[in-house]
Amino acid sequence: MRGHKLSQFGQQLFFVGPAVLFFSVVMIIPFLMGMYYSFTDWNGVSGNVSWVGIDNFKSIFTNDPDFWSSFWFTVRFTLLGVVLTNVVGFFLAYLLTKPLKTRNMLRTIFFMPNVIGGLLLGFIWQFIFIKGFATLGETTGWPFFNLPWLGDATTGFWAIVMVFVWQSSGYLMVIYIASLSNVSKEVLEAADIDGASPFQVLRNIVVPLIMPAVTIGLFLAISWSFKMFDLNLSLTKGGPFKSTESVAMNIYNEAFLNNRYGLGTAKALLFFVIVAVITMIQVRVTKSKEVEA
Amino acid sequence: MNAKSKSRWTIGIEVLMILLALLFLAPFYFLLANSVKSFGEILSNAASWPQEFMWSNYSNAWKLARFGEAFRNSLIVTVISVVLIALFSAMAAYRMVRADTKFNKVLLLLFVAAMVVPFQTIMIPILKVVNVLGVNNSIPGLLITNLGLSIPMAIFLFHGFIKSVPLEIEEAATVDGCNPITVFFRIVLPLLKPMLMTTIVLNALGIWNDYLLPSLILQAPNLRTIPLATFSFFGQYTKQWDMALPALTIGVAPIVIFYLFMQRYIVEGIAAGSVKG
Repeated sequence: MRGHKLSQFGQQLFFVGPAVLFFSVVMIIPFLMGMYYSFTDWNGVSGNVSWVGIDNFKSIFTNDPDFWSSFWFTVRFTLLGVVLTNVVGFFLAYLLTKPLKTRNMLRTIFFMPNVIGGLLLGFIWQFIFIKGFATLGETTGWPFFNLPWLGDATTGFWAIVMVFVWQSSGYLMVIYIASLSNVSKEVLEAADIDGASPFQVLRNIVVPLIMPAVTIGLFLAISWSFKMFDLNLSLTKGGPFKSTESVAMNIYNEAFLNNRYGLGTAKALLFFVIVAVITMIQVRVTKSKEVEA
Repeated sequence: MNAKSKSRWTIGIEVLMILLALLFLAPFYFLLANSVKSFGEILSNAASWPQEFMWSNYSNAWKLARFGEAFRNSLIVTVISVVLIALFSAMAAYRMVRADTKFNKVLLLLFVAAMVVPFQTIMIPILKVVNVLGVNNSIPGLLITNLGLSIPMAIFLFHGFIKSVPLEIEEAATVDGCNPITVFFRIVLPLLKPMLMTTIVLNALGIWNDYLLPSLILQAPNLRTIPLATFSFFGQYTKQWDMALPALTIGVAPIVIFYLFMQRYIVEGIAAGSVKG
């Protein structure tokens, strides 16, 4: 048969080859190289790379307050960001699955910030925090608008959280809408007839049934907030005084501003382990809460 | 609850949501309204409707930021990347589903594992690789890295999708004398259209908006993509809001227009991607 002229090996090479080639060059090889470089003093410029053993890791753990303060910032940001984006995303979805006339338009609007990159969004908000809020503060007299939004560690933190929630909850809304529209109408009607209050229905029926979406929503929000870089860069540049510097930014600065590539890759590897462990624990925990409908 | 109070509830929710939507849109109002004001007016009142429309802000920003060039670069990078990502991922996933060998099982596991690796973990060595290959500071360098970074997720999505594509049509085509390559391109690829659209649209958003990777690979000003052009423009004209805001608007416009046209696919894609994820 003509169909068998192409050997199995030939087919494998033709179909899988290109993907494996790019994947190896861009992910596998750099990952392995990163493991090697994290044990060296590579400065990114000179060809001289010498093995320093676990010195980089030692110095991260004992002598790098900036890394740990950026880590602490990222953890706080992630906790708040994950909870707020999921709660807002869920409630937008919950209310937008009700029979509203403007439903489709509203969905379009709430998702919109998502399609614009974090870098541009950060710049837009920089203007709003600096000029827009100042004007609103003058006209309304509300102290909220007159806070030093980007000039202070605490308000800077909240500024980033605010923009992040505004940007990301629309994406989670879409996921929750998809999941909510699969919840069977009969179950909800039965609960209504049995006299359950809307809150009881929400808590005891809706939320357990959409746990798979919660798993995904939490997973996505954790990885977005842990890896945050663009928004951070354009909104505060990590300032004032590095108080809003994310881990991703700390790694970037270590490598490309301080020219310590070896130390940077060591941090990056540590970062990978932390992200992998946290997301695995989260997926495991929420998966165990999923129920069959 | 009776029907009357139920409908009153619905109206209440609707009003509440419309107000919330206006709040959500407020940043865009600030951006658009101030982009056509004179510098003095931006400083004196950033919330008001413009008294006089300074359309020249736009032409000034366009020229100074070299947006024409940036737009072309972004378009080239995005289009070529997404087409190749979709094609190569579909091909690989197809083979991996149809030839479920031990090797392919391990390969799938590797792709899935790679999805957890943060970009920062590999970004420093990637630059080394790009240098060794001699594609640093070039569009092909960015294409290669985009492909490598986006293929794992796309393969994962296609893999789940292809599993549900029935084998019978392919068998019939083989009997009719098609070889595996023509079976794939003539029969299977058209069947994958929904997943192709998903992959293309989601990657297009990601690649168009990406700042970090292009900033590491492309240094020459004439190679800048839109986020890079905006970033360097902003660096020069920080506080010159009458320049910076029209530049931002120009940067935001193409992707918002794309979104409004491709909405259905974007939303379906996210839902499809998340169910599988």
